Amino acid sequence: MTKISSRVADLIFNGFLIVFFAIMIFITVYPFWNLSVISFNDPLDSIKGELYFWPRKFTTVSYTTIFNTSNLLLATTNSVLRTVIGTVANVFCSTLIAFALSRKDFVLRKFMNRFIVFTMYITAGLIPTFILYRDLQMLNHFSVYILPNLISAYNIIIIRTYMQELPASLSEAATIDGAGDSQILFRIIIPLCLPVIATVTLFIAVWQWSAWQDTNFFASSNDNLTTLQYEMKKILTSVNNFTDSQLQNLVSQGGVKATSESLQAAMTLIATLPILVIYPFLQKYFVKGVTIGAVKE
Amino acid sequence: MKSNESENPIKNEKFGSLFIRNAKKQKFLLLITIPFILYVFLFSYFPLWGWIWSFFKFKPGVALSLNDFVGLKYYYKIFGDATFWLALRNTLVLSILSLSFGTVSAIVFAVFLNELKNGIFKRFAQTISYLPHFVSWVVVATLFIGMTKTIGVPGVIYKTLLDLGLVKQDYNLMLQGNLYWIMITMIGIWKETGWAAIIYLAAMTGINSELYEAAYVDGAGRFKRIWNITLPGIKTTIIVLLILNTGWILGTGFEQKLLFGNAANFDYSEVLGSFIYRWGLGQREYSFAMAANVFQSLVGFLLVVTANFTSKKLNDTAIF
Repeated sequence: MTKISSRVADLIFNGFLIVFFAIMIFITVYPFWNLSVISFNDPLDSIKGELYFWPRKFTTVSYTTIFNTSNLLLATTNSVLRTVIGTVANVFCSTLIAFALSRKDFVLRKFMNRFIVFTMYITAGLIPTFILYRDLQMLNHFSVYILPNLISAYNIIIIRTYMQELPASLSEAATIDGAGDSQILFRIIIPLCLPVIATVTLFIAVWQWSAWQDTNFFASSNDNLTTLQYEMKKILTSVNNFTDSQLQNLVSQGGVKATSESLQAAMTLIATLPILVIYPFLQKYFVKGVTIGAVKE
Repeated sequence: MKSNESENPIKNEKFGSLFIRNAKKQKFLLLITIPFILYVFLFSYFPLWGWIWSFFKFKPGVALSLNDFVGLKYYYKIFGDATFWLALRNTLVLSILSLSFGTVSAIVFAVFLNELKNGIFKRFAQTISYLPHFVSWVVVATLFIGMTKTIGVPGVIYKTLLDLGLVKQDYNLMLQGNLYWIMITMIGIWKETGWAAIIYLAAMTGINSELYEAAYVDGAGRFKRIWNITLPGIKTTIIVLLILNTGWILGTGFEQKLLFGNAANFDYSEVLGSFIYRWGLGQREYSFAMAANVFQSLVGFLLVVTANFTSKKLNDTAIF
């Protein structure tokens, strides 16, 4: 009797699991789906509501308006720029430091480790940071997106741990053959570290793409530095969204005009799209990256 | 050469020349690290000097010696400010809510995922589950504020609740102050559960499968096995993560406040971070804001150190 009822219990539980995850998938995906339906629907028609699974009056006006509105196009460009430059810079610097820290006989190793790790314990705070950027002339300048983010302790630890797990014999053999540290790094270590470098690249790229608080605190007075996320934030938190006169100035296509809500929807889709595109690649690498970063050597 | 010299001068001399000898061999490594020592000092250590401004009547741009030293005046001020305590309360509430419910939901999710049969559905479900982690809070806020809106394009959540008769007309969930904590916590769970579950899942794969087999043979059902094997198996992970996360509890809620905060929920959404922001960068009451800033950073530091130390003592594991 125990066997039968436990089999039934098993079956019910398995059925429950499938239902549970089906619901989970739905509530995760549906908000994005709903928003994209709105973004492709006639903006004035959307106000009637009842848009659940498919646009009622399909149109791409919201998207074309974005690309025809200079500051939104600038915002998208800036987002791309800071992501590319910021990511390349950070990955490059983090890899260099991680390599130095992975060399067991490096004279500054202990010091550097503690020096960098300690920064994860303590932050000066928003106000001293603001004053520092002000004194460095970084406020309202593109450098504020890149310079503060050249290295991150977390990424260095991930790369360093990976490097340390590579067989020591590889670099030892190279040293015997007369190779210097730089040659070991570029010819041996980096080619072997491509998976972890890919992981870290994706982490930083996602961070740079999603960042908006630095624009908010340190670059809000310079309209030329606006980013896609920041424009979205502005629409989100402004009481009246675009005023009517601002809407008049937006380019319209064939009589159909975008509303601030439809623009919001389209911008959100554009902001989410790169994440979806790199998602299959994230799959391959990052889980290992997370677990490496979570456990100290 | 003999290893029995314990006199310091000789030891130091040997160490010094050894250091220099090695340093000469490691020019490349030094070349790449020394600039970053300066960089890290400038961006991470130097700003700590700013804490001293909280003891002065601080004016940026004016040399410190020209400002009035006021001792603990501004600290008395913030501890006497009702909004400061409100902010502190909200910060702690939000932290504790997200820590407790977040941890529970991540564990439950991981357990369910672990019990799901391997296959395409499982991989698909897991992949989808950490999608919200990778989009920004701006996107998440746009989604949820959009779904609860009652004007303009009516949100689907609002419409559904309205059609089900659960809310009245024009009832916007995000404009209910007393629901702020619940909404933010739930949205946070929506966003982060899938990602947080990864670590617990990784820990689960480390559990010896023989334990499960033995339990099965002994007649233990699904739930018994989960309760007696899976959960104890990840006990260490749970404790370590919980302890470490307590280090950050004073920092929560700021980003959410900037995105979801409005006049209706101020009493619930104002947190330490936004308090400092408002007084410092907004009102330019630098000294006043700095006192709160120092409080947040210093107490946060102590919490992180204590948490780390505790975790190390308990389990021999630490992140840092």
